[in-house]
Amino acid sequence: MVIATHPAAEPALAAGPARAVERSRVQRKLVRSPVALAGALVLLVVIGAAVFAPYVAPHQPTRQNLIRRFTPPVWAKGGNPAYLLGTDQVGRDILSRMIHGARVSLIVGTAAVVVSLLVGVTLGLLSGFTGGRVDTVIMTIVDVTLSFPQLLLALAFVAALGPSLVTIIVVLGLTGWERYTRVVRAEVLALREKDFVEAARAMGVGWLRMLFRHLLPNTFSSIIVMSTLQVAQAILQEAALSFLGVGTGSAYPTWGQMIALGRDFVSVAWWLPTFPGLAILLTVLAINMVGDRLRDALDPRVT
Amino acid sequence: MLTVVVRRLVRLLVVLAGVSLVTFAILHVSGDPVSLMMSEAPEADRAVLRQAMGFNDPLPLQFARFLRNTARGDFGQSFFYREPALPLVLARMPTTLLLTVLAMLLALGVALPVGIYGAVRRNSLLDHGATLVVFLGQSMPVFWTGIMLMLLFAVQWRLLPVSGWDSWASLVLPAFTLGTFSAPLLMRIVRSSMLEVINLDYVRTARAKGVTEWFVICRHALVNAALPLVTVAGLQFGLLLGGAVITETVFAVPGVGRLIVGAIRQLDFPIVQAGVFLLALIVVVVNFTVDMLYIYLNPQIRVR
Repeated sequence: MVIATHPAAEPALAAGPARAVERSRVQRKLVRSPVALAGALVLLVVIGAAVFAPYVAPHQPTRQNLIRRFTPPVWAKGGNPAYLLGTDQVGRDILSRMIHGARVSLIVGTAAVVVSLLVGVTLGLLSGFTGGRVDTVIMTIVDVTLSFPQLLLALAFVAALGPSLVTIIVVLGLTGWERYTRVVRAEVLALREKDFVEAARAMGVGWLRMLFRHLLPNTFSSIIVMSTLQVAQAILQEAALSFLGVGTGSAYPTWGQMIALGRDFVSVAWWLPTFPGLAILLTVLAINMVGDRLRDALDPRVT
Repeated sequence: MLTVVVRRLVRLLVVLAGVSLVTFAILHVSGDPVSLMMSEAPEADRAVLRQAMGFNDPLPLQFARFLRNTARGDFGQSFFYREPALPLVLARMPTTLLLTVLAMLLALGVALPVGIYGAVRRNSLLDHGATLVVFLGQSMPVFWTGIMLMLLFAVQWRLLPVSGWDSWASLVLPAFTLGTFSAPLLMRIVRSSMLEVINLDYVRTARAKGVTEWFVICRHALVNAALPLVTVAGLQFGLLLGGAVITETVFAVPGVGRLIVGAIRQLDFPIVQAGVFLLALIVVVVNFTVDMLYIYLNPQIRVR
């Protein structure tokens, strides 16, 4: 348990088995937690739906059927078993659109986090490791980023660059990196004083190797937890952008866009905005649950 | 203490310069602002406009001009309203601030007692219930929460107006929606900062002294838990303003957020820039105030 905080105590030789012990402890904790398990199951279903969308969706997501428009869900009066969750204002199948929408949410969620990670971790390492003027500049940039309501900034830039999947990913990634910078910087600052870093430096380890072999791995557990939680946030933000009308710019269904369209018909067809929202809620909740338990499992202080 | 304040002030100015740069970048990030604003116009017209608006000048020069104009409060004419952008935004600011403050009060009103109770009676039924609510709340898209509340209270039960901002009743749903957006995080922070102090020695001493539990919690624990809370409440404000943008759109509240979202759809960039800059300015000022408050509240800094 000490391993995660004091790798200094373990010489390089012991690192292999020690890490294995650490990993199995984390796995045990995760598997034993019903909350994390439930979250993981939900996530598996969502990921499965996204990957196999064309095969599991009962209808074409963009196929209109004006005769069947506003069909309520199957359990309500007037429901049709062919359209389990009902149809929208032009007769498209809600369930099929939700299944396809999962793709957009998951792609944007994970890809945006990758962008954030690349920028945020690099700047954090630089900031903490070099200190001085570089540190001041980077932290000022962080302060500036924190001054904007993140969603508003994303909204403005997506609109300016023209809505597309790539734009959304890049903009969400570039508005959400500062958390990594701050945490990685703080951890590097703390690690810099540790004996094992001192020892490595005395052995003549170069700065690149120092950064990537000795400092970066020790920030992994916080990074993993943070990025899991950011995936959840990015999904919410993508939905918000789509809702506000600066989405992916294509006809491909997304959850946020479905809710936006459904809002106008909320008084005649409650199921239009309700189900896509539930999909977001469940997915984000599942990721948050896994992330939260991951935090507990990775934090050696909590037993 | 004075040096700390001066240093913060300098930092404030630097951050404001950065905020201006980002706001400036909104229009220039696409490479050609004129094509962005009028994509259908013939190239000849675009060239004329480009020259007239100074878009052919070097970027640093354009930024200097933008800074000067911003300092004067001049963000240009709105393309759509054909009026200066800043007054348009300012006129809608009270609505947004009212909504945000109402939501913040609602959120604090729930988060403080529940968070404190959760920390004091850790693992009680209410604590677990609250944790569940926190999870749910953090996973709900704020616009969806709004639509669901609208569906129940305005469409189904007809208790409150669907949208608008003309009576007190119409404030309820937007404020509630935005409140549910911010309450979970606050609750979580209240709970964890209370947990951090509640088992410390001086709290135990206070208990041993024989004062009532209630007094111990309010006078000793809460005061010390308040410091991190103040910082977070400041940061939360920016988040809330972002949430206000969405909430206003859902409920057709005539605030800054709805103005900006509308302006974005019409590619009315003077309004977008004025709005984004102003909201960021508010966040910066709030955070600066929070910083000052922090310095004032924290004896370790105050004495120095």
